[in-house]
Amino acid sequence: MLLFIEQLLNGLQLGIMLFLMSTGLTLVFGIMQVINLAHGSFYMIGAYVGATVALRTDSFLLGVLAALPAAALAGMVVETLVLRRLYKKDHLDQVLATFGLIMFFNELTRILWGRQPLFMDVPAWLSGSVEIIPGVPYPSYRLAVIAVGIMVGVLLYLLFTRTRIGMQIRAGASNREMAGALGVNIRLLYTLVFGLGTLLAGLAGVMAGPILAVEAGMGESVLILTFVVIVIGGIGSIRGALAGALLVGLVDTLGRAFLPILLRLFLSPAYADGAAASLASMSVYLLMAAVLVWRPKGLLPAHG
Amino acid sequence: MTVNRKTIAIVAGALLLVALPVIAGLTDEPYLVTLASRILIYALAAVSLDLMLGFGGMVSLGHAAFFGIGAYGVGILSMHAFEGTVLFNWPLAIGGSQAALTVWPLAVLFSAAAAGIIGALSLRTTGMHFIMITLAFAQMLYYFFVSLEAYGGDDGLSLFARNTLPGLDLGDDRQFYFVCLAALALFLFFSWRLVHSRFGMVIRGCKDNERRMKSLGFPTFRYRLVCVIIAGAGAGLAGALIANQTEYVSPGLMHWTRSGEILVMVLLGGMGTLFGPVLGAATLLLMEEFLSIYTEHWMVFLGPFLVVVVLFAKRGIYGILAGGNGNHG
Repeated sequence: MLLFIEQLLNGLQLGIMLFLMSTGLTLVFGIMQVINLAHGSFYMIGAYVGATVALRTDSFLLGVLAALPAAALAGMVVETLVLRRLYKKDHLDQVLATFGLIMFFNELTRILWGRQPLFMDVPAWLSGSVEIIPGVPYPSYRLAVIAVGIMVGVLLYLLFTRTRIGMQIRAGASNREMAGALGVNIRLLYTLVFGLGTLLAGLAGVMAGPILAVEAGMGESVLILTFVVIVIGGIGSIRGALAGALLVGLVDTLGRAFLPILLRLFLSPAYADGAAASLASMSVYLLMAAVLVWRPKGLLPAHG
Repeated sequence: MTVNRKTIAIVAGALLLVALPVIAGLTDEPYLVTLASRILIYALAAVSLDLMLGFGGMVSLGHAAFFGIGAYGVGILSMHAFEGTVLFNWPLAIGGSQAALTVWPLAVLFSAAAAGIIGALSLRTTGMHFIMITLAFAQMLYYFFVSLEAYGGDDGLSLFARNTLPGLDLGDDRQFYFVCLAALALFLFFSWRLVHSRFGMVIRGCKDNERRMKSLGFPTFRYRLVCVIIAGAGAGLAGALIANQTEYVSPGLMHWTRSGEILVMVLLGGMGTLFGPVLGAATLLLMEEFLSIYTEHWMVFLGPFLVVVVLFAKRGIYGILAGGNGNHG
């Protein structure tokens, strides 16, 4: 039971990371109709910049503060230079160009930082653990990640429903020409939305730094999980991204933790571990397939 | 067949490919034959992808899955043949095999079956969803093979020898090269017949306007699915060949960047043409070889190059070479 609660929180924490990644990406998909494979690169940029600054200054917070603008800025530059030219092209071109961007960014980080992964330490004030319920200690860093994720979720909700720019973004999403005709600067808006998306990806990256190794290509594994989240949740839908992210986070974490135990009830231990490992690594994709059969448009599609 | 730029380009290319082992022998660069075999194998994979991508309008970012399954088909059967163990006990006892005439069709069959399942699920969606879903399924298979410890897991499987083909010695690089060339030529011929058949017309019709094809009474889903299965089978054959060439299979063969590379080959060469992907495969692999002589960080140049190709050279290399009507293979 205690293990279960711990794993539940781990799943929640992975879900929060995926939520930060998928919100930005689902906005770009839904609003600009662009498929952006390079989203993981901004996660990587956030992690690298954050890790470098944190290692130099010995301050994790400064690392986070540096990572956010770096990722947002990189995102806006890429949007202006490349993606802006792809809005009118078909998805295939977007795939190819953003694939090229991934190659470029991965290799660039290898040139700048070398092939050795960077390791970031959890800041001292978050390195302890908290007893959530008596007898269950849980690392406070992971709890902080969950808290930050929830905070970002609330802020995004307020941004989209309560502010003028949020209204413009929603207007731009449902009808680009109409919003433009009513005086919204769509170009600028798109750049800002893209920057917001990459900022969130950078945040996810820098927060993942102390948990995972910071290395070139780290963005891709999370990118594909993000795709799964978006397919499950429905393209362009932030609520869908939240639901999908939590679902994927929980299924993946709990699957890895409990499938071996579960399968040992039916199979011999040696065989059960192998089968459980295979099944656990496939679980989120099987979940996606199931959602797809049941609801091809995702659980909470953006428009109707 | 009238003599135009297209015919000249194709004939010149074919002559070059046939003469290549001789040239490699004369210039004493046996490595050329290995490289060229690799190009032919990837060209086969790229042509198969182009069937669904260029002609069927289905943008798949998971084609390497079928490539990898074909390769693993060879690897797994070879391992069982070597160890003298059986693959299955039920319902039939199936042992390993080294005979190309048994193993290759089986590898193709495995890939086609996987394409059937993945296709049936993915084709429920279109556009952006389809791209992401094919990608996700391919990654699923990638992780499946990574965690498959019985067959090497992450480290992959080494073959103890290439497959055997009666009358030929596949262990000889030159003979193997001609087998690859024959496989590619046969697949190109098959694809050419396919594209110009009624089936091909329906598939191309679905690309342009699926709704209209539906109202004309065509069961478009079934046509598309068959197209995906054929494409998967072609990639499976390419996978079987690459396993033989490198005598090694690993999950890396089906990593999503591999799918991306195959996609790049198709686009670079010119999609919706049959010879374009062949040119694209040659160009990409030669560029990799060439750039890696000068710098280990060649990707930093290749990446922006791709962006530039997308932004400025839409029709691909074949479109430029063949001039005017390079549209339908």
